[in-house]
Amino acid sequence: MSALGRVVRAGVRRHRTQSIAVGLAALVATTCSVLGGSLLVASEAPFDQAFDGQHGAHLTARFDGTRASADQLAATAHAAGVTDAAGPFRTVTVDPEPGPGSTVPAGMVMSPMTVAGRASATGGVDNITIVQGSWPTRPGEVMLGAGYGNPGVPIGGTLRLPGLPGAPTLTVVGLARSVSGTSDAWVTPDGIAALTAPGTTPGYEMLYRFSQSGTADAMAADRAAVAAAAPARALTGAQSWLDAKQGSVRNTAMFLPFMVAFGLLGLAMSVLVAGNVVAGAVGTATRRIGVLKAIGCTPAQVVRAYVAQALVPATVGTLLGVVVGNVLTVPVLATAGNLYGTNASGIAPWVDVAVAGGTPAAVALVAWASAARAGRLRTVDALAVGRTAGGTRRDALASRAAALAARLPLPRPLSLGLAQPFARPARAAGMFAAVLFGTTAVVFAVGMGGTMNWVQEAKSHDASDVFVHPQQPSGPPGQGAPPPRPTAADPAAVTTALTAQPGAAAYYGVGTEDVTVPGVARSTTVTAFTGDSGWAGYRMVSGRWYQGPGEAVAPATFLTEASVGLGDQVTFTTHGREVTVRIVGEVFDPHVQTDELFTDAATYPSGTAPKPEIWFVKLKPGTDRAAYVTALGGALAPVHMAATADAVHSSGDSILALNSLTATLTVLLVAVAGLGVFNTVVLEIRERTRDTGVTKALGMTPAQTVGTVLASVLLTGAAGGVIGLPLGLLLHGRTVPAMGHSAGLNFPADALDVFGTPVLVLLALGGVVIALLGALLPAVRAARARTADALRAE
Amino acid sequence: MSGDPVIELSGVSRHYEGARAALDGVTLSVRAGESVAVLGPSGSGKSTLLNLVAGLDRPSAGTVTVAGTRVDRLNEAGSARYRRGTIGMVFQFFNLLDDLTVADNVVLAGELAGVPRAEARRRAAELLEALGIDRHARAHPGRLSGGERQRVAVARALMNRPTLLLADEPTGALDSASGEDVKELFRELHEDGQTILIVTHDLTLAEDCATRTVRMRDGRVESDSAAHAERSEVDA
Repeated sequence: MSALGRVVRAGVRRHRTQSIAVGLAALVATTCSVLGGSLLVASEAPFDQAFDGQHGAHLTARFDGTRASADQLAATAHAAGVTDAAGPFRTVTVDPEPGPGSTVPAGMVMSPMTVAGRASATGGVDNITIVQGSWPTRPGEVMLGAGYGNPGVPIGGTLRLPGLPGAPTLTVVGLARSVSGTSDAWVTPDGIAALTAPGTTPGYEMLYRFSQSGTADAMAADRAAVAAAAPARALTGAQSWLDAKQGSVRNTAMFLPFMVAFGLLGLAMSVLVAGNVVAGAVGTATRRIGVLKAIGCTPAQVVRAYVAQALVPATVGTLLGVVVGNVLTVPVLATAGNLYGTNASGIAPWVDVAVAGGTPAAVALVAWASAARAGRLRTVDALAVGRTAGGTRRDALASRAAALAARLPLPRPLSLGLAQPFARPARAAGMFAAVLFGTTAVVFAVGMGGTMNWVQEAKSHDASDVFVHPQQPSGPPGQGAPPPRPTAADPAAVTTALTAQPGAAAYYGVGTEDVTVPGVARSTTVTAFTGDSGWAGYRMVSGRWYQGPGEAVAPATFLTEASVGLGDQVTFTTHGREVTVRIVGEVFDPHVQTDELFTDAATYPSGTAPKPEIWFVKLKPGTDRAAYVTALGGALAPVHMAATADAVHSSGDSILALNSLTATLTVLLVAVAGLGVFNTVVLEIRERTRDTGVTKALGMTPAQTVGTVLASVLLTGAAGGVIGLPLGLLLHGRTVPAMGHSAGLNFPADALDVFGTPVLVLLALGGVVIALLGALLPAVRAARARTADALRAE
Repeated sequence: MSGDPVIELSGVSRHYEGARAALDGVTLSVRAGESVAVLGPSGSGKSTLLNLVAGLDRPSAGTVTVAGTRVDRLNEAGSARYRRGTIGMVFQFFNLLDDLTVADNVVLAGELAGVPRAEARRRAAELLEALGIDRHARAHPGRLSGGERQRVAVARALMNRPTLLLADEPTGALDSASGEDVKELFRELHEDGQTILIVTHDLTLAEDCATRTVRMRDGRVESDSAAHAERSEVDA
């Protein structure tokens, strides 16, 4: 081994504190970079990634089982332009309700469910990803699609099918995701028979990929080719992948700015922590560099030695960091995949490679810069580092700070610590930046959590106490004929029951219909309210809720599509009649993927408004809700309506996923900030070993030593917290509107105003907490160090 | 002979793992008002002895009692309180805090001992004046000569009126003129009744400042002038 090699080896071994700090910084930086980089990559066209990964279906075609045979449909795989195909798969549509083993109320209305019979999740096209559980292996088992509106039936729970003979049940054995959205659920091919109503024939589903599929026109041509290849009038419906993509892109757009913000924060922190610690570690070795020069090392040799000395632990830290980063990133990407409505994308190998190469390169660069600076010092000056103070501007600043701190009415150990950051302003600045980023991340995360809860409340707008809805028919098991589907009750009968039942403070009914609006390409859904809906809980972005007939409110999607603003009039056509409303407000409605208008039913000409199908009731204070529901349910039973204590709303899976992701990322970033502080304090203590020994020799107790070290990070932490707070607020204030803008929504000020004063105060203190937690362990270690050894330290 | 015993070491040994004993069964007593120089070559155990008396280290065997306090039984916090109240320390390389002024270095010892700041400042000013370095009170140690820095260190050591002043090679890093200065200072302190334990290689320091010399070799007391004097008295 060369002399320089021995210097490097001895440096790594004998300066364990610096080596461990550099290794730890590299580990943290690599972990953060893998996570941040992977998030950024996963946020780049997630639908396209997932679609390619699943070899998704460009066209999902449904055929009438009475007009085409399986062989005839299999032959359509050779239609013009088809490059790949899967199927035919038998399909049926059933009306399930939660069965035994479900945590949701029995009798609850679930959406109709299209079920396909497939032997396995893979099949050339639409290779379905199993999120949880396993693929059905026998009749009676079902795999639910992640896109189906499952109200909360868990794996192992059952779905009851009261509309079929014998009211069979399906056991949920898993949850799967088809990016193409080819079906709501899947069973084994031989499981379809039990789900087929007597006297009906199951349909067929074929999945195709085409050579030309990028535009709506190309897809229309492809559809026509398939229709032509199949028996006449056999094609009953087809879904283009472009529709699925459009829906996914909207969903993704909502979360994209959030992911990008966190990804960039992670990358920035990794660079910061690594740079600060490596520079600090090399900086503490200035005197040793002087010694090496004194015995004949050239500046270039010194630089090489110190770059190598930093690279050894950095490489170890990087390799460990890649492992830790991958372990942490996989679940985070899974959650991100849930948010995007796509599959969990794996970690892109090039991210690992880039980070594994980039971290040591960055460490080498910083070490080179620091060592080169030390190498350029005159040897006598380098040797004198730490022995002669008072000559530089930095020393003067440190002295002034120490003198000022000494005058503070604080115990001396604390005032000693308070002055320490001024002795090493660059290092303190690095620590400040780590705390700043950590605080910013926490504030951002708390803000996002608050905003998402606001969105959830706005989405459910569940101000009602009682929900009145059509009764779910359920015949006793074993009866042959299926009971009829619920039909809309006579609104007058419901209103009579509601009026007769004492306890209601207010109620309104809701009916919907699709209408056409000039200038709006898609159909527009009008929600017509009967009664006072002013208390319904819809959140307004601007303007106000309608106050009477002729007025309407609409979400941003409609206002943009129709190119109208507040005060403008909109005319829609329903059943050949024209109805004109004036827009008086923009309503916030995050789950609207179509255009909507909300108005009073009285806006319609008499007798033409859509009939209300459900009602919401607000009770007077003190009313016994259970008793009210029982009594009202009894009164409504004759008209086949039911009352439940709460309106059933979706559980807001996206919000839960986002909250969970926010919490995970925040904990990680705070941990990184804490480690940044930890590393810096470790180096600081290493450099101040002799001073610590002196104060201990003078009688400073271990507790006072801990106090001094903690006080040394107090100002930096406080400054990071105080400045990180507005930065976090700014980031939140910019990200939320960007999320809304991406999704075609406007967020009102209420959605951003989610921080109460106590929360703001606590968040401002967050920087101090991060700094103190990061410094605690090194402080205790310093307090336990042997004074005699510390006094001998150079 | 002077007053009551201030330092009492009884059968004190200090072993470090994998090395021979740094101290091996040392018994030593120092009385109030004595100025004792501990002499010996490198590795003789004199610094270990000083560390044990200062409560910076603990013996592997034996007892260390200073001013009635069993120093070997103290925990870290107890040791710290003992150092504040009972001893003052002067080091070869001064060990001043470079980012504090001369005055603040001296005041610090008082503040750690709980002396009110105003009183500590008054006492520090007195000491700096008495030691002839009051003109440097607002300077930083880096600006002072070695002799001046050692005077600051002595002032800091005397801040809390210690029962015992410990000095570890106090002239080891000084030129001869500064060394003479410090010797004079220690002589004066002894004349004022200060109990002093000096660890040194410097024979002239021992001869000029100490009333008693203890020679150490290989962790044991090789000779003690007090014992020699006692024997001479007995012989006489």
